[in-house]
Order: sequence, then structure tokens, then C-alpha cells
Amino acid sequence: MTGTATRTVPRPGVRWLRRALRNPTLIAGAVIMLVVLALAVFSPTPYDPFAQDLDHGLDPPSPAHWFGTDQLGRDILSRVVAATGTDLRIAVLAAVVPFVVGLAVGLVSGYAGGWLDWIVGRVVDTFVAFPFYVLVIVVVFAAGTGERGIYVAYALVGWISYARVIRAKTRSLCRQGWVEAAYGGGLSHTRVVGRHLLPNVLPQAVVLLMTEILLIMVAVVTLGYLGLGVQPPTPDWGTMISDGQLFLTTKWWVSTLPGLAVVTTGVGLSLLGDGLADVWRLR
Amino acid sequence: MRWVGRSLLSVVPVVVGVVLCVFFLIRIVPGDPAAMILGDQATQASIDALHEQLGLDLPLGTQLWNWLVGVFARGDIGTSLITSQPVAGLVWSRAGITAGLVLLAVGFTVLLAVPLALLAATHAGSWLDQLVRVVPTIGMAMPAFWVGLLLILVFGVNLHWLPVGGVGTGPGEPLRSLVLPAFTVALGMSPPLVRSLREQLLEVLDADFVVTLRAARLPRWRVNSHVLRNAAVPTVSLLGLNIAYLIGGTLVIEKVFAINGMGALLFSSISSRDFPVVQGIALVLALVVVVVSLLTEALVALLDPRIRAA
Repeated sequence: MTGTATRTVPRPGVRWLRRALRNPTLIAGAVIMLVVLALAVFSPTPYDPFAQDLDHGLDPPSPAHWFGTDQLGRDILSRVVAATGTDLRIAVLAAVVPFVVGLAVGLVSGYAGGWLDWIVGRVVDTFVAFPFYVLVIVVVFAAGTGERGIYVAYALVGWISYARVIRAKTRSLCRQGWVEAAYGGGLSHTRVVGRHLLPNVLPQAVVLLMTEILLIMVAVVTLGYLGLGVQPPTPDWGTMISDGQLFLTTKWWVSTLPGLAVVTTGVGLSLLGDGLADVWRLR
Repeated sequence: MRWVGRSLLSVVPVVVGVVLCVFFLIRIVPGDPAAMILGDQATQASIDALHEQLGLDLPLGTQLWNWLVGVFARGDIGTSLITSQPVAGLVWSRAGITAGLVLLAVGFTVLLAVPLALLAATHAGSWLDQLVRVVPTIGMAMPAFWVGLLLILVFGVNLHWLPVGGVGTGPGEPLRSLVLPAFTVALGMSPPLVRSLREQLLEVLDADFVVTLRAARLPRWRVNSHVLRNAAVPTVSLLGLNIAYLIGGTLVIEKVFAINGMGALLFSSISSRDFPVVQGIALVLALVVVVVSLLTEALVALLDPRIRAA
């Protein structure tokens, strides 16, 4: 009997996959992100992104240089592709610690309630009061510019958004009878949180992770633009846009084209997040 | 009245938290602020001297006590290392232009987000709704400073409609110079606002009173005017929730348009490693956000009696 049952009713994972494959938003996001990831990993640059050619500085887009060249004669397309690796890697790495910490803080404070929850609530209120960029800029200022500063800044302040969302979700789950039933049935707190609550809030956290990677990427690019992020000559979309601002009125391509790379990656992440939310029926 | 007292009371831990946070933020981050301010050429003697000037040689408890007494008892948030002026005065001298920019940006945000959200909500499910939902997805992925540069290219360089850098003098000029930067901030602010507002409006459109108005065959625009009045509450509270984000965005946009406000002060203090000024700006902005949130909460309570009762 069980054999027939498994054949007619597919396992949850299979059902999930079928739903995912029918979701155009998710597919579009996944395709864009696969292309961006491939560019980041293999970095197929037509020219050496560091090679200067001062005789051909600020050349407009042409068949030889699709995106034109910058003030040092470097091929902009090559630098845009090389920057994909830098900026995406930083955004993804910087998102890891906040994800884990925020998930844990949200779960524990939502489940435990009481004074612990009160303290977490006040800490969250405090951090939320700071304009986010100001907070990140101050930490980067104190920890030193560049990659390291960005990781420290996000480890310190990035967990807030997860903690808020996951805490609210955990609280609403705790009000449903089954959580109390699980604890009343003799399971330890650790087991209730780890085996029962965690799987229920994880999809929400993963959807948020996509948005956060997008926001961190935009922040990394913005810090680069402000001169506080990735330091030259490492290719970075933000510093490229900032370099081009000097010649904006006459050489439009230097600033505008690297921005398109940011937008494309961001749209990919956004669609991926929205698609996952649809498939998990979080909305 | 009880509501006012309770709200004021709830702000106290946040204000204390903000003041503590600014103090610890600079100190728990790995690295010595004095060594960082002085750079590579620092000698041990110069580092020690700066430690003494900044009070960093004192025990942490004493430092914290001095900071708290300074802030709460004397309103003293530090002195610039570069100009030796009080930080509060420096911030105040730049606050006007930034405040103007923020206000104008809030105005543009409302003018952009409310009609779009209403359009999407009243046509829920149609292609118009889809469009209003897709465009913000792209909008969220655009770095605001890059959008600012695009606007400079289009409206400043190609069309010559608006000035694109600095703040002009003369009648009406300051306002004209702020239009493009404020619009840039508003473009960045609108996507999340349109999304949340659309959801809220859908709820209002489902409410019994709207069904009744429709059943009474009121023309659509009159139904919408009632819906809009009810949408004022979520709009104000969403703006309040996003004010921190908006101020942060404004500082970056100041740099794009070469506006000499608090953003310019922040970035110049960062490059001159003027640590008390950076710390002071963070503190002042966070306190502004706390006050603005409190005011919007009060406004929401004024607009919606249900919240006062709760």
C-alpha cells in the first residue's frame, strides 16, 4: 500500500520543485543570477581589466570596446565583468553572519519572550533609529575602509532586519497550539526551536536573504562611490561610476554603463526573492 | 493624554540606547581610533598625545561617564579635532540645507507613491497593477547615486531645465537647485512605499464602508476620495518608519549634487579623520529620527482615534 501511495502523491520536495518550475518570476530570477554567477566565477573579460592604454583613454563604445574605455584607457566592459566577482562576493559573504545571527536572535527572543525579548526589542529600536548608511559609514570609518570594514559593519548591524521579521513570525507561530503541544509532549526547548520552529521560519529568512544581498550589494557599490568601499585599482562598480562622474557631461558611458550591471544583478536577486516567496506561499 | 505619556516614556530607552550605541560603536570596532586618525606616520608619542586629547587613556567607565554627562547635562557632543569648534555648532550650520532637501524629498515621495499605489490598488490584477509592481522591483536595484547621475545627464546636460551642482543664490535659486536631488531621493524612497501602501489600500478598498459607498452608486472619484482619506494614516506611518532610510539616502545624494549639507560635512570629516564630528553627526541624526518617529506616531493617533484607544 505504501508503495502505491508514494507513487501517486509525490514527496513534498518534488511538489515544491514542480511548483518552482511553473513560476516564471523564479525562473527569470534564477536564469539572470546563473548568468551573473558564471560571469563572477569565470570572469570572461575580453581584455585585461587592469591594462592601461593612455593613448585610447575615454574612447566611446565601439566594436573593439563595447562599453568604451575609461580615463586610463582600460576596457570598461572587462572591468564591469571583473567587478561582478568583487561586488557579488563581498555582498554574499557580508550577508552570511547577519543571516545566522538574526535568525538565532529572532527565534530565541520570539520563543522565550519576557525580559530577553524586551531587551532585544530595545536594541533593535536603537539600531533602527540610525539612518542605515550613516551607521555603516561610521563603522567602516572606525574599522577601516575596504572589504574588512564592510564585513565588520554588516556583522554588527545587518542582523536587525532578520531579527525583526523572524521574531514576529516566531511569536505568531508560538500562539498556535502545536508549539505548546510539542513542549508539553516532553520535547526540550532546544528541540522545539531547532526541529520545529526553525523549519517553519526558514523560508521567510531565505526570501529576506535575497533582498538583503541586493541591499548589501547596492551599499557596497555606494560605499565604493563614496571612496569608502573597495579600493582602486580593484575593479568595483561604485568606484567606476565615481570615476566617470568627472567626465559625465561629455563621456556619458564611463558612469552609466557600470550602473547597468548593478541594476541587472539587483533585478535578478529581486525576482529570485519574489519567486521563492510565491513558491513558498509566503504572500 | 495617557497615550502621550506612554509614547514619551517608550522613547527613553531608545534615546539612552542611541547615546550608548554611538559611544561603543567607535570603541568596540577592532583597531585603535587614535592610530587610525594619525595614519601611517604616527609615532607612539603622538598616539599617546591624541589618546589624552580624546580622553581615550581614561578607564572605559570614566570615558562613558564623561560622555553621558556631556551629552545629557551640557548638550555637549564633542569638539572637532580639525577646527576645534563644537560639533553641535558645526552640525547646526549645515542642518538647514539638509532639512530643506529632506522635506522636499518627502513631498515628492508622497506625490509619487500615493497616486501610483492608488492606481495599482484600484486596478488590482490588471496590467497596470503588474506594471506598478514590476517598476519598483527595478527601482530597488538602482543605486540612488547612479539615478542621480542619470537625472543630471537628462535634465541638466541635455535639456538644461535645472541646475545640477551646488546650491545657487538669488531669488528662488536655492529651491530650484534642490529639485533634482530631492526628486532623486524620492525615486529611491518610492518603491518600498508603493508596495506597502498598495497592500494597505487593498485592505481599505475591501472595507465595509467602501462597499456601501459603491452600493450607493457614488461616482468612482468620490469613493476614491474616501479611500484616500483612510490611506493618509498608513502613508504617514510608513513615512515615519522610513525616515531614517530617507535621511541616509539624502546624505549620499548631497555628494552627487555637490550640496554643502550634513552629508558633505560627514564625508569631509571622514576624509580628514575628524572622529568627534563623525560621531556627533551619527548621534544627531539618530535623535532626529527618534523625534520624527514620535511625531508621526502622534500624527497617526490624531488622524485615527482607534490607535489612541488601543
